[in-house]
Amino acid sequence: MIELSGVYKAFGSNQVLNGVGLSIARGESMVIIGGSGTGKSVMLKSVLGLVTPDRGTITLDGQDVARHERDAFLARFGMLFQGAALFDSMPVWENVAFRLLRGRLKRPKHEAREIAVEKLRRVGLGPQVADLFPAELSGGMQKRVGLARAIAANPEIIFFDEPTTGLDPIMAGVINELIREIVTEMGATAMTITHDMTSVRAIADKVAMLHGGIVRWTGTVTEMDETSDPYVQQFIHGRAEGPIPSVR
Amino acid sequence: MTGMLNGRPVAFLAALGRPVLELLAAIGRVALFAMVAVSHIFRPPFYWREFGQAVMQIGWFSLPVVGMTAIFTGGALALQIYAGGNRFGAEAVVPQIVAIGMARELGPVLGGLMVAARVASSIAAEIGTMKVTEQIDALTTLSTDPMKYLTVPRLLAAVLTLPVLVAVGDSIGIMGGWLVGVTRLDFNSATYIRNTVDFLQVWDIGSGLVKGAAFGFIVALMGCWHGMNSGRGAQGVGAATKSAVVSASVLILAANYLLTEAFFSA
Repeated sequence: MIELSGVYKAFGSNQVLNGVGLSIARGESMVIIGGSGTGKSVMLKSVLGLVTPDRGTITLDGQDVARHERDAFLARFGMLFQGAALFDSMPVWENVAFRLLRGRLKRPKHEAREIAVEKLRRVGLGPQVADLFPAELSGGMQKRVGLARAIAANPEIIFFDEPTTGLDPIMAGVINELIREIVTEMGATAMTITHDMTSVRAIADKVAMLHGGIVRWTGTVTEMDETSDPYVQQFIHGRAEGPIPSVR
Repeated sequence: MTGMLNGRPVAFLAALGRPVLELLAAIGRVALFAMVAVSHIFRPPFYWREFGQAVMQIGWFSLPVVGMTAIFTGGALALQIYAGGNRFGAEAVVPQIVAIGMARELGPVLGGLMVAARVASSIAAEIGTMKVTEQIDALTTLSTDPMKYLTVPRLLAAVLTLPVLVAVGDSIGIMGGWLVGVTRLDFNSATYIRNTVDFLQVWDIGSGLVKGAAFGFIVALMGCWHGMNSGRGAQGVGAATKSAVVSASVLILAANYLLTEAFFSA
């Protein structure tokens, strides 16, 4: 289980996280929603140690993430970045198998390649893609490769940062379905940040809304639709009028 | 007194002190970065493939630009020494001064500057782009330390290949001087070569190679530092690239003076 408690983070005078508290149960798919610049990515990166919080505690299975042995801790995670963050100096299969070619999860090269091709197949890409370079792929294909890389080492926890941003609705639907299927079949804990309400409905077991540097609301998708919270209602219906200023 | 503290003198001093403090802080951050990078050289894992690629990028692909620079510099140096020596009947020293000038100063400095222009910029642009596209964050989440994976191979490759580039540059530069000496200044080929070989001492060449290693360290360090600390977007990467080249060039010239002072001062 991942638990954030009283997490604060500021960049200069910009207080991004203002005492965030959130629990994600094992095997649960939690989706974080919230406007641009509300600190969703910062929160996610704080869990991974890519950003160091100013205050507060983040625990994984009851143990402070800062005290985990770093390699062992990160080996439990997979992450799909917003822009896929593929390494453009290496072919697709090496991107997918990156973790399997070095470090504590290192395998023989042919075995790593086989796993990469299998993971590519799992996200709907044929073996002919394996030897291409990321620059030769479309945005949707890059996202799928990023997804294949995130699941290559069968992580227990997968983070998805804006998985459908920049994709057409059909490709976004494909990615949403893939995420749901993969998370279910792997039994992984998932944390997704998105603005896309179609993604929320396709992926989420639970939804949390981040606003003003705190988690303002948490509940299931059904509860989200029924809640009277004006912030949630304004956000999910995309209204310009409401408590969230439209000009930020 | 209160008036003085609240008034212009204090504001003036503050305005003067702020950039000094910022400069000192930046020097401190770069020094810490360098220390951490060097400490990682001696701790596994070591990424041999990235090291090999860095050797090719920094060393092999810099050979043409270093060679071209050296041959023209050697030729121009021969002409200048001949013209200068002519004023007091010392034209005969052309081979010796070309050799010592190339080996001790121009080989390492021009080689370093050319590599700074070619390599520091490309390292900063590559790492800066990786930073703004979250590839460095991705490396971390894939249990790979960016310092070990990106900085250490480049740093080591630059320190090891720059002396080789300097040696090649020295040879080509001396050859440029010989070519001009023989074809334009009527030197006898065998005499020119004998004078060069007899005059050059091991430390003339060795000091240039040590300078090359130091300049290689500076080039890779500035490229990696500015890349890792690049701002956002194309403008941020552009600024990082420019800063890498400028800072590497200035530091090379400053380090060259200090090393020359250390090696050759009376």
